Amino acid sequence: MNFNIYDFTSFTKWIDTALNNSMSAGWATLVELIIIGIVFIAFYAVVGLYLVYAERKVCALIQNRLGPNRVGPLGLFQTIADLIKLLMKELIEIKHADKFLFNLAPFIVIIASFMAIAAIPFAKGLHAIDFNIGIFYLFAVSSLGVIGILLSGWSSNSKYSLIGAIRSGAQVVSYELSVGLALLSVVIFSGTMQLSGIVESQANGWWIIKGHIPAIISFLIFLVASTAETNRGPFDLAEAESELTAGFHTEYSGIKFAFFFLAEYMNMFIVASIAATVFLGGWMPFHIEGWTGMNNVMDYIPPFVWYLGKTVFVILVIMWFKWTFPRLRIDQLLTLEWKYLLPINLINIVLISLVVLLGWYIK
Amino acid sequence: MNIFKYLGDVFGGVKSLWAGMRVTGYYFVRPGKVVTQKYPENRKKLQMFERFKGEVIMPHDANNQHACTGCGICEINCPNGSIEIISNKITNAEGKSERIIDKHIYHLSMCTFCGLCIKTCPSNAIAWGQEFEHAVFDRNKLTKVLNKQGSSIRKEKKETKEV
Repeated sequence: MNFNIYDFTSFTKWIDTALNNSMSAGWATLVELIIIGIVFIAFYAVVGLYLVYAERKVCALIQNRLGPNRVGPLGLFQTIADLIKLLMKELIEIKHADKFLFNLAPFIVIIASFMAIAAIPFAKGLHAIDFNIGIFYLFAVSSLGVIGILLSGWSSNSKYSLIGAIRSGAQVVSYELSVGLALLSVVIFSGTMQLSGIVESQANGWWIIKGHIPAIISFLIFLVASTAETNRGPFDLAEAESELTAGFHTEYSGIKFAFFFLAEYMNMFIVASIAATVFLGGWMPFHIEGWTGMNNVMDYIPPFVWYLGKTVFVILVIMWFKWTFPRLRIDQLLTLEWKYLLPINLINIVLISLVVLLGWYIK
Repeated sequence: MNIFKYLGDVFGGVKSLWAGMRVTGYYFVRPGKVVTQKYPENRKKLQMFERFKGEVIMPHDANNQHACTGCGICEINCPNGSIEIISNKITNAEGKSERIIDKHIYHLSMCTFCGLCIKTCPSNAIAWGQEFEHAVFDRNKLTKVLNKQGSSIRKEKKETKEV
């Protein structure tokens, strides 16, 4: 076994050959799928729990409070206690609700986020599936979650849920465009849709640095639009507490509610990792052409740490503006997208094409 | 739409958003500015604020004397009947009949902490106390007698109440 923290390719290859040697190819694939599924479920549990904790701490600090500090040191086990409480809660049956769709909706939401996380490169060779159309695949599955939200709103037999779900639908349909166009800018720069290829193309500098002004504009648009797409504040009209109690998940309780909650936080994590991968170089260390000494020091930090650090940075930025701005009204939300983000984005795409054609970026 | 107005809107918007994020970012990187306190841990050195309304108390001096004349203004002013005064008539040394309080009863369970009794007291006999841990297992313990055992009224002339 050759385990190398800087390159997981040989490690995954070793597992693959070991499985193929001990059983038939079909069984080996099945076992691999199960292993990956278990790894992702464990990852989900840990990341989801600690994102909730991080959000509560960040929010508390911004509001001059202490945040959770009772369960465990610094309140680190607070979210675990919350999860145990949620697991023990009763699953309430709603009268006249569409039982089948009502029970199906949380699974669609969480499976959509599961599908998206499969395409994300965590480190060199640590990648569940490396499509040659990775970015395209991410567009496709990231908007699947809204089907779950619409179904939950429709099947709950509650006006709050329905209004929340319809709002969410309008929001995702419009912001999907901006997310797509913002990511397209990097596809133009790197000339590939494969996520591992995009990461490799940033070996001599991240796209946000190499692509200077147009890349920074698309990064900012991506942050705003993807926050809206994940239904997070200040765009959380789908669950606006003050008007709609809890929006589309008003009627859900216990573990079904926990699924929605977990999916929301995992979507934030996925969006942050896409931003980190596409604009900030993913697991690629920070390199400056010619500075060999510094580049070697940067190479010494494992890629997984680079990836995680950048993702945490983007998550902190997203949380920062969630807790700064008040919630938008639905017309303000759509105005922002159709009158500001989309035209700017389209002009930005033309600008990037020109920049790439004329070679006005750092190669 | 005027293109300059449009671009001005975009830049103005970004600027105002950044102004908001600067404020929250300032507090985020300064955990020392947190204003909430860890309550049971800091119980020993917890200092409540001067204006804090914990409960109504009757200050007594070193000679176990208070300033309450038993006039009953606080009792009349209390909107929800939290105060009951049981007064007594005694004959003083000069042979004059005089009213003293027997019991100044304060029902903490009914009090809304409006402060009308303290505001209207002509002789400044009652005040706000800083105690706030009022939880008890027996409701009767919330009915308090404010004048202490064997206390008496201060005789010397009080200074007029400042408003």
